[in-house]
Amino acid sequence: MTPSIVIARLTVKEAARRRLLLALVVLTLIVVGFSAWGFNKITTVTGRNGQPLDHTEVQVITSQLLIVVTFMFSGVLALSAAVVAGPLISSEVESGLLLSMLARPVRRSEIVIGKWLGLAALVAIYAGGSAFLEMAAVDWATGYVPPHPLDLTLYVAAEGLALLSLGLLLSTRLSGITGGVIALVAWLMAWIGGVVGDIGQSLQNDAVANIGTISHLILPTDGLWRGAVYAMEPDAVIATLRAAGTVARANPFSAVDPPPVAYLAWVVVWFASMLALSIWSFRTREI
Amino acid sequence: MAGVAETTAAAPTGAAASTPAIHTVELTKRFGSTVALAGLSMTVPRGEIFGFLGPNGAGKTTAVKLLLGLLTPTSGEGWVLGQRIGDLDTRRRIGYLPELFRYQSWLSAREVLAVHCELAPLPRSNWKGAIDGALQTVGLAGRGDDRVGNFSKGMQQRLGLGAALLGEPELVFLDEPTSALDPVGRHDVRQIIRDLASRGSAVFLNSHLLSEVEQVCDRVAVVDHGRVIASGTMDQLLSGSAVRVRAAGLDDGARSKLGDFGPRDDEGEQMTFTSLAPDRVPALVAQIVALGGRVYEVAPRHQTLEDRFLQLLHEDR
Repeated sequence: MTPSIVIARLTVKEAARRRLLLALVVLTLIVVGFSAWGFNKITTVTGRNGQPLDHTEVQVITSQLLIVVTFMFSGVLALSAAVVAGPLISSEVESGLLLSMLARPVRRSEIVIGKWLGLAALVAIYAGGSAFLEMAAVDWATGYVPPHPLDLTLYVAAEGLALLSLGLLLSTRLSGITGGVIALVAWLMAWIGGVVGDIGQSLQNDAVANIGTISHLILPTDGLWRGAVYAMEPDAVIATLRAAGTVARANPFSAVDPPPVAYLAWVVVWFASMLALSIWSFRTREI
Repeated sequence: MAGVAETTAAAPTGAAASTPAIHTVELTKRFGSTVALAGLSMTVPRGEIFGFLGPNGAGKTTAVKLLLGLLTPTSGEGWVLGQRIGDLDTRRRIGYLPELFRYQSWLSAREVLAVHCELAPLPRSNWKGAIDGALQTVGLAGRGDDRVGNFSKGMQQRLGLGAALLGEPELVFLDEPTSALDPVGRHDVRQIIRDLASRGSAVFLNSHLLSEVEQVCDRVAVVDHGRVIASGTMDQLLSGSAVRVRAAGLDDGARSKLGDFGPRDDEGEQMTFTSLAPDRVPALVAQIVALGGRVYEVAPRHQTLEDRFLQLLHEDR
């Protein structure tokens, strides 16, 4: 087995042994349970005419609520990825844990790739598992399934992977706490940058709109989040948003268009660059 | 900044196997303006126990990290087991117990050793025998399935030593290997080091525990301020003699007038003249009496490593 796989397996095992996985599973089940109950209530709500909501109204309300719940899940995933990735390398350098392992025939790039793979597997498992459970719960409660469930899962997972990649890069040089905090602040800044860009679009002000574009390029978490939002919007909602013109764009919980292919290509380049930078940074660090 | 050396080379040939375990030429490491190691030149033959001595901050750990390729030298060259330092394949034949020893607290001792078997890498069929043997050697045979997080510091150091022994390495770096051990543990480690040497492994022992080094090492280098200030076999280093004197009634002024008798280790009434020939003892006693001192005991003896070490540091400063 290659050293990268050994390190990846160790990373997953550590998360399991330290009960991080257990905590996430229990919390996810609690949230899914509550949201299933809440979504089910939508079907029993009555409108102004005293009648239960019709099918289309239930679908639209459910889709909007699901976007908010998914935002929470993506937030948990991003925060967890940043908090776990922040100390991933730095804490093991500081404690000396990596010393005896680096004295083996192991390249530093293999350590970085192994850590990334291990945490990426955890992010993918969490994103896939929580998305499946939540969508199954919503389907059971309201009969609604988002139009693009696979895209939704991939976008949410990619958002977590982006924070993980940033946290890992920072952990090659900075202490765990510093790296984790910077990654979290960067995530929030990127989200705010995206909102500012939306406002710019709604006002048709290119200078302000460019802030969103630039923040999406520097840290693609919000750009990927918009992809997840688009994957959750029924056709009726998208048609309404498009009919509303640029005003409808000033909302971080809506997306009029899917992310362009060129942007997704950039995201791939961004991931590769982050990993390459992390390897370079760790290779040139003196331990 | 240059990348930390990671190269691969062909397996050592028969000629390489006859090369020294370690050979360095003017190996130097600077961290900014701080010189951690200033031109280390030395040779460690195969199968020898080599003691690397020095006070705290002398550059001992830096030297080990350079030899293992964990740090990149600022200048100079070095070869380990016939290959340039940093060579990946050579690390298959090296064991290392770091001074800052720490292992995955959430794994069992057996699992930690399995990770090292995998990274070494050893053939999977050898793992069980290697792990059982290592646990037995370091006295953890009954604790292999316990979580490392529940181990005392001494047990963790034993585990680290076990990891360093996996795969019967040709060269073992032990950086302060007994810092967390009790006297029994220290005795065990000395025996393990002797066993390593008896089967042909070279041992590079970083330590400031002089009695420990004196008991096991064939050859010693003393380092201070990043430079080797003396090296040689134990016999070569300890050829001088020392004199221990117990005398009362000497104040600081009087003691300062004893400088002609060489480096001195003052411990109250006990003074050790760490490098003093026996024929100068009468003159020393006469001088102490002349200064108003009362002499109760004079004991000439062969220099210990501690005497020699203190003498060397005294001369270096």
